Amino acid sequence: MARSDVQLMLDVKAGDELSFELLLHRYRTPLVHFLYRMVRDQAAAEDLAQEVFLRVYRARGQYEPSAKFTTWMFRIATNLALNAKRDSRHRQLEVSIDQSDETSEGRAPSVEVADRQPGIESELIARDRSAMIRRAIEALPEKQRAAVLLHKYQEMGYDEIAKILQCSESALKSLLFRAYETLRVQLAPLLQGGETPATSQGREK
Amino acid sequence: MNCQRMEKNLIAYLDGKAAAAERHKVEAHLAECGECRERAEQFRLLSGVLDEWQAPPLSPGFDAAVRVRVAQEPARSGFWAWLLPSPRAAFALTALVVLSVWLSSISPSRAPQAVAAQGAEADFKMIEDLPVLEDYDVLSNFDALSYLPAQPATQSESHPRL
Repeated sequence: MARSDVQLMLDVKAGDELSFELLLHRYRTPLVHFLYRMVRDQAAAEDLAQEVFLRVYRARGQYEPSAKFTTWMFRIATNLALNAKRDSRHRQLEVSIDQSDETSEGRAPSVEVADRQPGIESELIARDRSAMIRRAIEALPEKQRAAVLLHKYQEMGYDEIAKILQCSESALKSLLFRAYETLRVQLAPLLQGGETPATSQGREK
Repeated sequence: MNCQRMEKNLIAYLDGKAAAAERHKVEAHLAECGECRERAEQFRLLSGVLDEWQAPPLSPGFDAAVRVRVAQEPARSGFWAWLLPSPRAAFALTALVVLSVWLSSISPSRAPQAVAAQGAEADFKMIEDLPVLEDYDVLSNFDALSYLPAQPATQSESHPRL
């Protein structure tokens, strides 16, 4: 039977390096995906995720199983991501003027190819749609953004998200409501139904 | 339930996590409020739309990078581990710093006197060796000076030992 996160962490504390490897394997993908959506840059996300694992490892000696392991880990991740975001906002101010989303995304390489090949065309539409979703989430206030990512993409419970974001469950529900309300307005063109390539796997009936 | 209350309840309802009583209230409100019904329907659609944003796969070197960073750790964590379980050492260090800051903050009021006293003493000793010593006026003048700061000088002597 698989050992719980807490048990693995206690084993790491006792000096078992293999248990740390197991935690790494268990959480690297959700953690990097979360951080990618927080900072929108894969290299930076992986670097931050490494930092999270390093901090988890460093804190092993003081680890006490008072909080859920994922709560603790994602709180470290959220704080690191928000700090990184605040730092890079100052640094990237000049860069962002000539490197807008469209160019950095590298979409629509050539129009005639898109016309001739329907596969590429639908891929470009899908890429446009996810760029739009990304921008809408990116535009949310930082706490709302973190709440949406943890709720929607990490599928965490309200109690855990509330602990990570250090607010009450009731406040979290309002936070999520306001975030989804903003997204509903921003992404209205995508909600009209019809040509949604990946929507079918979603929750709508 | 009114539209404002939906702000606290709609998300849990759509997630299927609302308690039965809460769920019935939300359903009753949705039945009578077209605006909230429309919002609930679009929230459902939105959830599907948000699934379209996929995160890229991890780069193959990720685990290795974590291992490298962790491998660099033991020396450092060993150093801090030596300090951290020792609150007494931290307290003693803090107490020492506080004490020295306190002492340096109170000493300036005494310091000028002490310096003056030492200066006068040195002057007197120098003068002692000079032929001018024979001059009684000079001798008596400096004699007086040497006695005057004698008390502050003893105070200043005890100070560095604190």
